[in-house]
Amino acid sequence: MSVSISVTINNKQYTTQVEPRQLLVYYLRESLHLTGTHVGCDTTSCGACTILLDGKAVKSCTVLAVQADGSEITTIEGIGQHDHLHPIQEGFKEEHGLQCGFCTPGMIMAAADLLQRNTDPSEQEIREALEGNFCRCTGYHNIVKSIQYAAKKIQDTKVAVI
Amino acid sequence: MTYIGKSIKRVEDKRFITGQGSYTDDIVIPNMTHAVIVRSPYAHARILSIDTSAALAMPGVVAIFTGADISATGIVGVPTGWVINFKNGDPMKEPPHPLLVTDKALCVGDGIVIVIAEDQATAIDAAEAVNIEYDVLPAVALPADAVKAGAPLVHDNAPNNVCFDWELGNPKAEVDAALAGAHHITKLDIINQRMIPNAMEPRSAIGHYNEAHEKYTLYTTSQNPHLTRLLMAAFVLGIPEHKVQVIAPDVGGGFGSKIFHYTEEALVTWCSKKIGRPVKWTSGRTEAFLTDAHGRDHATTAEMGFDKEGNIVGLRVNTIANLGAYLSTFAPAVPTWLHGTLLQGLYTTPKIHIDLKGVFTHTVAIDAYRGAGRPEATYLLERLMDTAALEMGMDPAELRYKNFIPPFDGVTQPGYQTQVALQYDSGNYKAVLDRGLEMVGYQQFRAEQAEARKHGKLLGIGFSTYVEACGIAPSAVVGALGARAGLFESAQVRVQPTGKVSVYTGSHSHGQGHETTFSQIVADRLGIAMEDVEIIHGDSDSVAFGMGTYGSRSLAVGGSAIVKSLDKVLEKGAKIAAHKLEAAVEDLEYAEGKWTVKGTDKSISFGDISLTAYVPHDYPQNLEPGLDFSSFYDPTNFTYPFGCHIAVVEVDAETGKVKLNRFIAVDDVGNVINPMIVDGQIHGGLAQGIGQALLEGAIYDEDGQLVNASYMDYAMPRADDLPSFEIDRTVTPCPHNPLGVKGAGEAGCIGSTPAVVNAVMDALSGFGIKNLEMPLTSERVWRAMHA
Amino acid sequence: MIPANFAYHRAHSVDEALDLLSQHADDAKILAGGHSLIPAMKLRLNQPGALIDIGRIKELRYIKLDGAYIAIGAGTTHDDIANSELLQKHIPMLPQSAELIGDVQVRNVGTLGGSIAHADPAADWPASIIASDASIVVRSKSGERIIPAGEFFVGFFTTALQTGEIITEIRIPVPAANTHSSYHKFMQPASRFAITGCAAVVTVNNGVCENVRVAFTGVADTPFRDAKVEAALTGKAPSAENIKAAADLAADGVDLLSDNSASAEYRQHLARVYAKRALTEAIG
Repeated sequence: MSVSISVTINNKQYTTQVEPRQLLVYYLRESLHLTGTHVGCDTTSCGACTILLDGKAVKSCTVLAVQADGSEITTIEGIGQHDHLHPIQEGFKEEHGLQCGFCTPGMIMAAADLLQRNTDPSEQEIREALEGNFCRCTGYHNIVKSIQYAAKKIQDTKVAVI
Repeated sequence: MTYIGKSIKRVEDKRFITGQGSYTDDIVIPNMTHAVIVRSPYAHARILSIDTSAALAMPGVVAIFTGADISATGIVGVPTGWVINFKNGDPMKEPPHPLLVTDKALCVGDGIVIVIAEDQATAIDAAEAVNIEYDVLPAVALPADAVKAGAPLVHDNAPNNVCFDWELGNPKAEVDAALAGAHHITKLDIINQRMIPNAMEPRSAIGHYNEAHEKYTLYTTSQNPHLTRLLMAAFVLGIPEHKVQVIAPDVGGGFGSKIFHYTEEALVTWCSKKIGRPVKWTSGRTEAFLTDAHGRDHATTAEMGFDKEGNIVGLRVNTIANLGAYLSTFAPAVPTWLHGTLLQGLYTTPKIHIDLKGVFTHTVAIDAYRGAGRPEATYLLERLMDTAALEMGMDPAELRYKNFIPPFDGVTQPGYQTQVALQYDSGNYKAVLDRGLEMVGYQQFRAEQAEARKHGKLLGIGFSTYVEACGIAPSAVVGALGARAGLFESAQVRVQPTGKVSVYTGSHSHGQGHETTFSQIVADRLGIAMEDVEIIHGDSDSVAFGMGTYGSRSLAVGGSAIVKSLDKVLEKGAKIAAHKLEAAVEDLEYAEGKWTVKGTDKSISFGDISLTAYVPHDYPQNLEPGLDFSSFYDPTNFTYPFGCHIAVVEVDAETGKVKLNRFIAVDDVGNVINPMIVDGQIHGGLAQGIGQALLEGAIYDEDGQLVNASYMDYAMPRADDLPSFEIDRTVTPCPHNPLGVKGAGEAGCIGSTPAVVNAVMDALSGFGIKNLEMPLTSERVWRAMHA
Repeated sequence: MIPANFAYHRAHSVDEALDLLSQHADDAKILAGGHSLIPAMKLRLNQPGALIDIGRIKELRYIKLDGAYIAIGAGTTHDDIANSELLQKHIPMLPQSAELIGDVQVRNVGTLGGSIAHADPAADWPASIIASDASIVVRSKSGERIIPAGEFFVGFFTTALQTGEIITEIRIPVPAANTHSSYHKFMQPASRFAITGCAAVVTVNNGVCENVRVAFTGVADTPFRDAKVEAALTGKAPSAENIKAAADLAADGVDLLSDNSASAEYRQHLARVYAKRALTEAIG
């Protein structure tokens, strides 16, 4: 009953047999061991599983792996390089936008979606763009600052968000 | 100081921002199986039969166990770690908490069957195929209902559902007399609602029995792996402690909920030996709502008496505290020694008495949640203060100034002895209120408020000034109060031959940034670069011992243990240096990573001494090789952070919706090692405290169902629910630990809740409303306005 | 949380989807964005034997002007609608509604057709779809039929869709000149679904309100147009007093929902407040 899918994840192509019921997040975590994408709830609420699917932020707990067939996916492991952080990753470090780190990958991917749409978001726009991502540690204060940092850096360096 | 006091960026961040963190559920062990627990859908039900045959027959199912399988091996269940005696000296009622229940389920979520399969999906399928018949019994969920005549009993041996009764403070007659003579009494009935901690990482545990070594490894989402090892090995499973390794890897937040030793940890450990394969269990979110220990849930009547001038003359408190169906690890301590002891607040109240009952209900166990007892105490005190100010026509800030304990540094002036057992270490309470008022622009706000009200706009300001007790705690003191453990901390400083330093701490970071803060301390004390320091934690095999992280204790207790070991390293290093420099130890001074003979340019570096210690060819006689020291630090007192929180809100007059416009927090947490990290701790605490005031709260119905057990129903604070916070600090060092630090983890959560509620009450002052139950939902506020 | 097993079929055209649907009869569910269906399947509240994935059918994803109406393909995402200049120009209430659905991640995947087929009584779309006087185009093996939005939502999670039918398009009549619209929502603080969502569409000619359409979601188990509010404002000037007087009639005589998020009494009050707010933004 398994189905063959072919996806490009972080610029690498994978062809895998998956069970139709396998959620994309478990495909990433269990089949590919890309464990940076987390599961924090059962109800499509918390956003810890956020990835970019064809450039847009989605909650990978609510997408079947088969639905992603033929798509391009970016996960936290692929948004920057270890020795060359993405400006959003850099922002989170510089502005102390994380504590326990569990929500962080999803936050960074949601921020990437925002900054693609709006290169100069206001504080209110940032807060509204994060409504699908919960953080229990930071009170969001420094997450907002992290994204402001990233927005400025992206503007200054004129790099593409993705 | 190169590092201390500076906002050094966190060294742990890189793995988290690149997706390389290693949380328990990320760990894969060859041949690992997956467990799902079948749980009671009823709050109180007799289990008539359990049929696992259909589930067992499903392909991919490895094993299924029931409570009978476990109790047959003599396992009773998980214990509590604290004893509170009844007032008459009788020990509290301490019913067993089995790993899986056999006869009766006592709350929704009680585990009944564990299903183990090759993969999680199959385990879920099989769990659905387990058939359990129940006889559903009446249940009780709220603390005040539990003690009513005829309430359903949770445990047969606990009459009236009372686990213990308890009192603290001055003799009750003295307090009654003080209130009888008061000019004014402010009385409030307060529900401090049940909160669900909601660390973003759901709990997870992997049990792995290695037959070749006859050794168990447990990976678990724990704030204190050593305590879990001790409890599980010695008190639950009866297995030798040295044959158990507990690893708490990266942990995604705790807020108290991951302190406790949970049944699932023992279950997967037990099952792994039984089936000879590793067993992983990871909680779902609704499962977390139903199994993580909850917090708060007090029903209180509080009365505060004042004289004509507004001086407090007495405080009388009567509280019923919910403990849930079972006693969690620290449950009995939270409403008692972490709550009653804080009723002095930062006021000179001369007479205080609290009467408290801890009661069982058919609900999830209640234990420490960020602040643990102190938010409940602060909430009732600070609500009383603002309400009293309103009733007496006084300014709430003025009323506080009038009653503050005068400043004391704990060095030249003694600590402050409260009426409720504690001795505060140091405090300057006026200073934080001064600064808070300055930041908010108090006089200007009052003018704006008056103007806004003319246009029907409801603005409000609310205050909260708090002191708390953290850095828990002196072992002898807590032992006398009922703790079954000491609350010291351990640290080992292992200097490598090349002068690089590995530090093993019993504290556990699950977001607090220990790898950075502790490295700053080590690097500065040794005069070396932070890059040359590694902090290791969370593994009971590598760290000698640990009591873990909670009660804002890591820096004050764990950090102090590190300092002790560093001092030992330097003391021994000096002896080696004296030998190498052919000088007396007392003629040496240590600075910037080298020992120098005073008044000369003769010196030797830390790295050279380290190498000498491990290559001791030219070495002092009677000195052991090596440079590696362990210490245990047991504090002499709690630490007492304090602060002033001010909320500014606007209430939508049409809908009752509350908008938090500003939040000002001035906290004094003693000396600060890393301001950026301390600020972050405050921010997070504020969000949780504000969440309690406005959004959060468990709702149990009369059948004992937790009706909001998901994020679709339980309102978590989101980014657009909150403003950016305006924070500052004053610094009053702790006089009794080597770093002068207090604790920052819980302060934000302790002070903020009453500030928000007071602000809403201020906004509604024209409506004659005195009190509203949290969370202040739009409907509650609207109803009050239209009552 | 993992769904129960099911068979997966991907349709590449509406015809293929209809073939698959007829083959699998009652046991199949249509999967579009999946953002209503998959959450229910994860909780095992819904356990279909087969899913027919129409998410790849490009012919279902469009927003275009088609004579007298704007046609929105059923597979169009909320985010597409939120960012549609065409809709912004003709009926800004629809992008406004889309923007208030869920969060950006949900809007990126969830579809208009999927949402209305699910018919959650607290969903955002029903109010503005009814108020915009839309028609729902559905196809089956036996052909196409057009269901007026007002007849589409028949009850709690129940629509007029019949077995074997797929929603293909939502048609919005291009509003007459001088027509204004707005959607306002009071959110349930946890889920952010609507406790009360009010959509208002009003044409103002010669200083008088005509063609008043006011619809609610979240207030009752079925979304509805509020005839009393509409009648009260029709023929009147769009003044604050008239708006308030009309809004105060909102949800009168309606069987109101009542739950832990809001009592019936509070919902009715909110319906009045939000009718006022939506109307005021539209024409005030």
